[in-house]
Amino acid sequence: MFKVTAYERLTTNEYQLWIDAPRIAARAKPGQFVIIRMDETGERIPLTICETNPKDGQIRIIFQVIGKSTAELAEFKTGSELLDVVGPLGTPTAIKNYGTVLLVGGGVGIAALYPTVKGLKQAGNRVITVLGAKSKDILILRDECAKYSDELILMTDDGSIGRKGLVTEAMEDVFNREQIDQAWAVGPGIMMRFCTQVATKHDVPVYVSLNPIMIDGTGMCGCCRVTVDNHIRFACVDGPEFLGAGVDWDSFMQRMRQYRVQEKQAFEQYEQLRQVQ
Amino acid sequence: MVKRSYNQTPIKAQDPEVRSHNFNEVVLGYSLDEGRLEASRCLQCKNHPCMLHCPVMIDIPGFIKKIEDGDMDGARKIIAKYSNLGAICGRVCPQEKQCEMACTLGRSKKFEPVAIGKLERLVSDWDLDNPEPVKVIPHDKGRVAVVGSGPSGLTVAGDLAVKGYEVTVFEALSTPGGVLIYGIPEFRLPKATVKKEIDRIRDLGVKIETDVVIGKTITMSELVDDFDACYVGVGAGAPHFMSIPGTNLMGVYSSSEYLTRINLMHSYKFPTYDTPIEPAKQVVVIGGGNVAMDSARSAMRLGAENVSVIYRRSLEELPARIEEYHHSVEEGIQYHWLTNPVAYLGDENGQLTGVKCIKMELGEPDESGRRRPVPIAGSEFIIPATTAIEAIGQGANRVMLDTYPDLKTNKWGYVDANEETCATSVPGVFAGGDIVTGAATVILAMGAGKIAAKEIDEYITNKTAKKTSHSA
Ligand SMILES: Cc1cc2nc3c(=O)[nH]c(=O)nc-3n(C[C@H](O)[C@H](O)[C@H](O)COP(=O)(O)OP(=O)(O)OC[C@H]3O[C@@H](n4cnc5c(N)ncnc54)[C@H](O)[C@@H]3O)c2cc1C
Ligand SMILES: Cc1cc2nc3c(=O)[nH]c(=O)nc-3n(C[C@H](O)[C@H](O)[C@H](O)COP(=O)(O)OP(=O)(O)OC[C@H]3O[C@@H](n4cnc5c(N)ncnc54)[C@H](O)[C@@H]3O)c2cc1C
Ligand code: SF4
Ligand code: SF4
Ligand code: FES
Repeated sequence: MFKVTAYERLTTNEYQLWIDAPRIAARAKPGQFVIIRMDETGERIPLTICETNPKDGQIRIIFQVIGKSTAELAEFKTGSELLDVVGPLGTPTAIKNYGTVLLVGGGVGIAALYPTVKGLKQAGNRVITVLGAKSKDILILRDECAKYSDELILMTDDGSIGRKGLVTEAMEDVFNREQIDQAWAVGPGIMMRFCTQVATKHDVPVYVSLNPIMIDGTGMCGCCRVTVDNHIRFACVDGPEFLGAGVDWDSFMQRMRQYRVQEKQAFEQYEQLRQVQ
Repeated sequence: MVKRSYNQTPIKAQDPEVRSHNFNEVVLGYSLDEGRLEASRCLQCKNHPCMLHCPVMIDIPGFIKKIEDGDMDGARKIIAKYSNLGAICGRVCPQEKQCEMACTLGRSKKFEPVAIGKLERLVSDWDLDNPEPVKVIPHDKGRVAVVGSGPSGLTVAGDLAVKGYEVTVFEALSTPGGVLIYGIPEFRLPKATVKKEIDRIRDLGVKIETDVVIGKTITMSELVDDFDACYVGVGAGAPHFMSIPGTNLMGVYSSSEYLTRINLMHSYKFPTYDTPIEPAKQVVVIGGGNVAMDSARSAMRLGAENVSVIYRRSLEELPARIEEYHHSVEEGIQYHWLTNPVAYLGDENGQLTGVKCIKMELGEPDESGRRRPVPIAGSEFIIPATTAIEAIGQGANRVMLDTYPDLKTNKWGYVDANEETCATSVPGVFAGGDIVTGAATVILAMGAGKIAAKEIDEYITNKTAKKTSHSA
């Protein structure tokens, strides 16, 4: 059992948990994730390790409610226990001194981007960070990203903070302005796809963090397969980060929709049950 | 004395019509009386060829005699000397290619061999229902880490606990058992039986830590430093894909994923359990081993309209257990022999609609001596399908190996271990089961575990003796 030691609602739909998991806290590196199962009937859901506190043996996760499992996780409180937390899984981000780096995060993807921002800054890079969200009140981790960025650019759909527009517009500006040695983009599939297009146009290599549906997370089932450079790769062990230019985006985004009907059914049933209670 | 019947004592099984719609166990097992009747068919051969063809050399005539005498306690004591997992092997061992193939009775005209596996199951099930109090002995001879809780790792752990070692098993998944839990379906091997066998190993004082991925949560080097010896039994479950066009369509699964969803995650009980699986309508399974049979029969139980297996050779070469093949035919599964898939076809939403196949013929024998299937030009045809499951074989589980290059592997990616001693390139690290042999059988994985336990005991005993003589 893994205890939730702190719980916070960050925005209307995004939550943060600190979980007691000393072994994972001791070893996790930027870019890695855990798989959580809440109880015996639960599914295994992958979530990025947003931060660790190795001294107290804690890991931090941030998630967005999008279906049944995340809705149920949002009901957890300080002191609740998770049945399974396994990790740190995946290959860590290649943190080193590249020179000047551009990091782009969208929506809840910012939670997954943040440890990379921090790691790259600590490795001596000049860090330019672009964060995007629908509006100000759902833009997470702004201050924390600012702390580890030489420059922070905010983009919102409604202009409630920063500039109004898409993260790709900010990327264009930066690329036109200066030499970027390496870029990252973490967010919804469609955002990462367009970020890849923009970076590729400017000849800048860009890492994306793929989040396909997973089960075991140890390379044993092939559920998380993605096609990269015409080869089948398993995101849970070979990734989740890949160079965006090689990703077969169509099939990646298609596979994310595989269980849409069942997910909807599960979510509706859950909502109904909650209303009854 | 009553005359021996030619045929094995019939065993109760669920009716095919009924069982193809549920996940309950197909074969229901002998009653004690049926068991005694079957045991009386054994000739008690002095040269016991059956025993020589059992990978762990169980004293087969010995335990069969006890059954015949109605002495179940005596029977279990004999099996316990050789096997920790009798209830499992009695169910899933390829008996017809091992002990039963060599049975003298079966080799005489008109007679079927003694149903050794089913008798073993009878004894072991009885044993699980009538447990003996365990004697937990002090674990003071040393500390051993076991990586992976499949049949191989569990066997090492149980044997070493009995020998007086403190053993910790580390398992990546949430539930121990390896393929016994996530691969072999409930209808062949009830999870409750597996759980009982594992609980018994726990009762011996073995600690099992789930949710620990060695190489990620804890490194292999840390284990090597912390423990007196390690055993690596991480299995070979990583799926291969044929990589034909359309592999990423929705509806295309590896058998590992399909069976893991069903067995480990209970997706056949969705939405009570949260993990979904696509509804089975028209299902095509590719491959001819046990894994293919299990996938096909599982799909049937999920309510498929039709399930067909396509295999590139013919029935004669089918690697699956023949009993499983017969069961599958009874359950309505169809076969396309000498057929290979060339592409998956999908609709505009990316959903699988069919499997394009090509007919094969058998050509010259290959290295394995089996005739190599070659495609017949122009023979392509399409099988409509909403689900396709690839069961074409698995490779080494790599998570740990990739982070521990000290452990030498062979050209197929399996751990390079001495089959007689399970020793690897790293002193104090032993390995066995599928991660050494490639995908094989439960009993072979268990056999390796038996050897390793003995070798590890010797290794630690020698090491301790050396240390004491040095300090003296
Ligand atoms: C490596 C990795 C890291 C991730 N990190 C985070 C994170 O830090 N914060 C966060 O909010 N989310 C993260 N996700 C996504 C998160 O796992 C899913 O949002 C969650 O599993 C959805 O579960 P659900 O039951 O609430 O929704 P569901 O009803 O199951 O699904 C809704 C939609 O979510 C997607 N989805 C479903 N299951 C999975 C799954 N197992 N993996 C990925 N996507 C899925 C599908 O597109 C689906 O249509 C990550 C995913 C991966 C693979
Ligand atoms: C569907 C299917 C049907 C089968 N049917 C039969 C049958 O009828 N009869 C028969 O005899 N055999 C059958 N087999 C084969 C048999 O199950 C295997 O040969 C046997 O289970 C191998 O045992 P093992 O202990 O070597 O490994 P496994 O059973 O594979 O166990 C390995 C365990 O190690 C864990 N692991 C891997 N990496 C790590 C890590 N880094 N850290 C911690 N844990 C780790 C895995 O999660 C797994 O639980 C079947 C196999 C499958 C897949
Ligand atoms: S373990 Fe397998 S081979 Fe040995 S007696 Fe039992 S069924 Fe036969
Ligand atoms: S070979 Fe057959 S008949 Fe002979 S002892 Fe073994 S089981 Fe009995
Ligand atoms: S999640 Fe199973 S292989 Fe990646």
